[in-house]
Amino acid sequence: MTQINLRVDGVSYTDDVEPRTLLVHHLREQLGKVGTVVGCDTSNCGACTVHLDGHAVKSCTVFAVQADGCEVTTVEGLSGGSGGPGGSGVLHPVQRAFTEMHGLQCGFCTPGMIMASIDLLQENPDPSDDEVREGIEGNLCRCTGYQNIVKAVRSAAAEMRAEHEVTVPGLVDAGIVEQAGADERVAQA
Amino acid sequence: MTVTEEPGAPAPEIGQARRRKEDARLITGRTTWTDNTVLPGMLHLAVLRSPMAHARITAIDVAAARERPGVVAVYTGRDLADEQGSLPCAWPVTTDMVNPGHPSIAVDRVNHVGEAVAVVVARSRTAAADALEAIEIDYEPLPVVLDMEQAVQDGSPLVHEHTTSNTSYHFVFDAGDAGTGADTDAAFADAEVVVSRRFVQQRLIPAFMEPRSVVVQPLGDNYTMWSATQVPHILRVMAAMVTGIPEHKLRVIAPDVGGGFGGKLQVNPEEILCLLIARRLGKPVKWTETRSESLMTAHHGRDQVQFVDVASDRAGNVKGLRVRLLADMGAYLRLITPGVPVLGAFMFPGIYKFPAYRFECDGVFTNKVPTDAYRGAGRPEATFAIERIMDELAVTLGMDPLELRRKNWIGAEEFPFTTVAGLEYDSGDYATATEQALALIGYDELRAEQRRRRDTNDPVQLGIGFSTFTEMCGLAPSRVLGSLAYGAGGWESASIRMLPTGKVEVVTGSTPHGQGHETAWSQIVADSLGVPFEDVEVLHGDTSVSPRGMDTYGSRSLVVGGTAVVKAAEKVVAKARRVAAHLLEASEEDLEFSGGRFAVRGTPGAGMDIQEIALAVFAAHDYPEGIEPSIDAEATFDPDNFSFPHGTHICAMEVDTETGFVKIRRYACVDDVGTIVNPTIVEGQVHGGLAQGIAQALYEEAVYDAEGNLTTGTFVDYLLPSATDLPHFDTGTTVHPATGNPLGAKGVGEAGCIASTPAVVNAALDAVRHLGVTDIRMPLTPERVWRALHTGGDGGDRAAEGSNAYGGARTTESGYESADHEEAGQ
Repeated sequence: MTQINLRVDGVSYTDDVEPRTLLVHHLREQLGKVGTVVGCDTSNCGACTVHLDGHAVKSCTVFAVQADGCEVTTVEGLSGGSGGPGGSGVLHPVQRAFTEMHGLQCGFCTPGMIMASIDLLQENPDPSDDEVREGIEGNLCRCTGYQNIVKAVRSAAAEMRAEHEVTVPGLVDAGIVEQAGADERVAQA
Repeated sequence: MTVTEEPGAPAPEIGQARRRKEDARLITGRTTWTDNTVLPGMLHLAVLRSPMAHARITAIDVAAARERPGVVAVYTGRDLADEQGSLPCAWPVTTDMVNPGHPSIAVDRVNHVGEAVAVVVARSRTAAADALEAIEIDYEPLPVVLDMEQAVQDGSPLVHEHTTSNTSYHFVFDAGDAGTGADTDAAFADAEVVVSRRFVQQRLIPAFMEPRSVVVQPLGDNYTMWSATQVPHILRVMAAMVTGIPEHKLRVIAPDVGGGFGGKLQVNPEEILCLLIARRLGKPVKWTETRSESLMTAHHGRDQVQFVDVASDRAGNVKGLRVRLLADMGAYLRLITPGVPVLGAFMFPGIYKFPAYRFECDGVFTNKVPTDAYRGAGRPEATFAIERIMDELAVTLGMDPLELRRKNWIGAEEFPFTTVAGLEYDSGDYATATEQALALIGYDELRAEQRRRRDTNDPVQLGIGFSTFTEMCGLAPSRVLGSLAYGAGGWESASIRMLPTGKVEVVTGSTPHGQGHETAWSQIVADSLGVPFEDVEVLHGDTSVSPRGMDTYGSRSLVVGGTAVVKAAEKVVAKARRVAAHLLEASEEDLEFSGGRFAVRGTPGAGMDIQEIALAVFAAHDYPEGIEPSIDAEATFDPDNFSFPHGTHICAMEVDTETGFVKIRRYACVDDVGTIVNPTIVEGQVHGGLAQGIAQALYEEAVYDAEGNLTTGTFVDYLLPSATDLPHFDTGTTVHPATGNPLGAKGVGEAGCIASTPAVVNAALDAVRHLGVTDIRMPLTPERVWRALHTGGDGGDRAAEGSNAYGGARTTESGYESADHEEAGQ
């Protein structure tokens, strides 16, 4: 057993884990973060995708001990973390776009698909259809044929760009966000 | 979105693109997959699986496994032999069908790789998995039979030693005998042109995204089972029959289920094992499969070799159709294994007016995991055959493939039309759907481009392929299913309860796994009762909440289950009308019900909302004599006929003649699924179906090696298409309502999957036929396409790959005894 410290969806956890424990099993079985699911045993399907220090990883390819000291965000942390049922109730634009564009059917791949899509948009805030398809290539969906997922990611991208354009200068004016950080985000947008 | 213009006159919900109610929990990860279930004291089950495809078990030593840390119990088949029963086959298609029986865990022989041979129950998942490695088993290998064409040859080794052949059943449908068509042999004898082909429906894996999982909790002599199943109601009945646990002591819950595609229409060995072991130990037991276990042991689909003959005159008027096929059952008959090809038997004539038809099928045992339902179940296989051979006939006659189809399809004015297979197609218009699809894809421009590429010997050629199809949906009419020896009815049940606060609970027996029932059913009820969409809650998938049902498969949910909801709503309104009449002191005949309100005709302002009535009845201070104080109703619907969605799918495909790489350039389809309750859900279902049908054409195949090992046993090897593998789809609809249900719904879940496969293959062949290619076996891998381009004909698949490949174009009679078949046996 090895002791690890993780911050998951805004809450700190200290646990003893077997060295062979995969991050996904630690999240699900020890921390009860069952929003992240296991779809395969070869890292092909991407259903278990979470963010590790802000970047998408397939949590079945990471040992829990490797994540020691890291910040993990799961789909449950996107809409208000552990703040009760439904979290804060404020959905991430990507979550909202998935339902608005019917980017899910059975919903099993959806948490991983959402986490992968958010990371994609961090790197490329204005992807083309083909770029979205390439960006989510590591996540399999058996229900949708992907078309509505592509629509959802592009729709969320547009919304997130618009938000940045409108809100960031406002925040700067109000002194809430530092100029440098704001510039960086505007440049991204 | 729906806008209520004035009180009492809301816009109809049916037809609105409502966002799904299901999504809120799914996009936030706050949902209830079976594997999320954790119970106090829960034990974990792991299964040791046979590495041999066919062997006698001569010794099993589990002593060391029992000593491993955390292990509570280890069982072999012999330990459970007295109580495990045989897993059910509910579709004995012929009276003399051979069913060898199927133990949940092998007792003394194994018949396919992956069959359970021992189970460990331990305090953790990992402890159980670790202990499997300490079990020692001695096997005595037996001859392995993998190829169905070889399996039916005289002298083939037997899969089941107590049988006399590997043929489980021989099923025949002859239209002449059935009184629906002429003498088929005579039609062929007189024909000017006969085209014969051998088509292979490769073995596929449904590959639902959520692995199967089951949890059983014993509570005294009652049992609660959570399972990732499509069929909790059927599972409950069957599990009771198999285990002897009384049905009323068993509750089955299918929580959110992550896809099924027919692959979760099953009674799984592990479900039975969890029940038996939970009963023995008095503790909750859980099993969740790995993906490798899933691909190896959950049932597969398709896997047929089809010999198809079409007779025609030189003008292209079809005269007869003859189909003989071998269907690979695998090693056992599972829930509906033998029925899948028989279900398809009635769809081979497609949308065409064949005067004569005969179908013969042999179900064949091999040492592979059993086949069973997979999205479309029998109908994709049939549709592929007819839509491929119509193209081959067109080529033989030198006709345009669409012209040939137009000449032979059922005209819009001819409905209802009784086909040569004895089905009555109720409604449709194939010409209009086709015209729309041609416009959608930009057909004329594509043909012009095709000519340019041919004329310039472009290394990238373009082909256009059609599939003008119909399917048989709404799997009900119980009497018809009975005539086909199906082991159950096909009715569906629903009940509706008005709650005191005006909210409405709807209970459906149709159990979704991604189809959006909660949304579509809410739309139906909102219209039927005149209550807001948001006030409706749809309950499903728990036999103690929804005690009656036949579950979800065969595109039956809306057609049969949705109609049961409509019927229940009618009863609710009728009962509420009696109460309203009483409270309003009016006669029932004077009440008009509209927009959720009973108004007294001729008395403006006098009336009551149905939601007010629900409260009044709950208070029960004043209600009519002779009724019970509740506004509830249950209804069961069993239609008289199937429904027949149809459509035209067109694929434009680029084939790189230098590399063999194929790429779908455009894909357009126009489907007629009858009345559309939710266009968003319909479009989504079509997209998903297209993905699966295209995947059969281009990517997916379950492959076994010569020893019977599944070589496509992970997602590394079994190629599910990713987002970059699939094109954009242009979809459209026409609406010719079904006549067999008041909704007019026809079913949509399987359309894309059934229609797309032949369209894609026809497109590929259209691109390269002028280069001497006559056929290419699915999936159309670059290697197969390249080989066909370089060797001509069908690319020599049969010589190169053994018998699971096409024969070349033939104009002689096909059949198991034909020259091609003998060649196949080499």
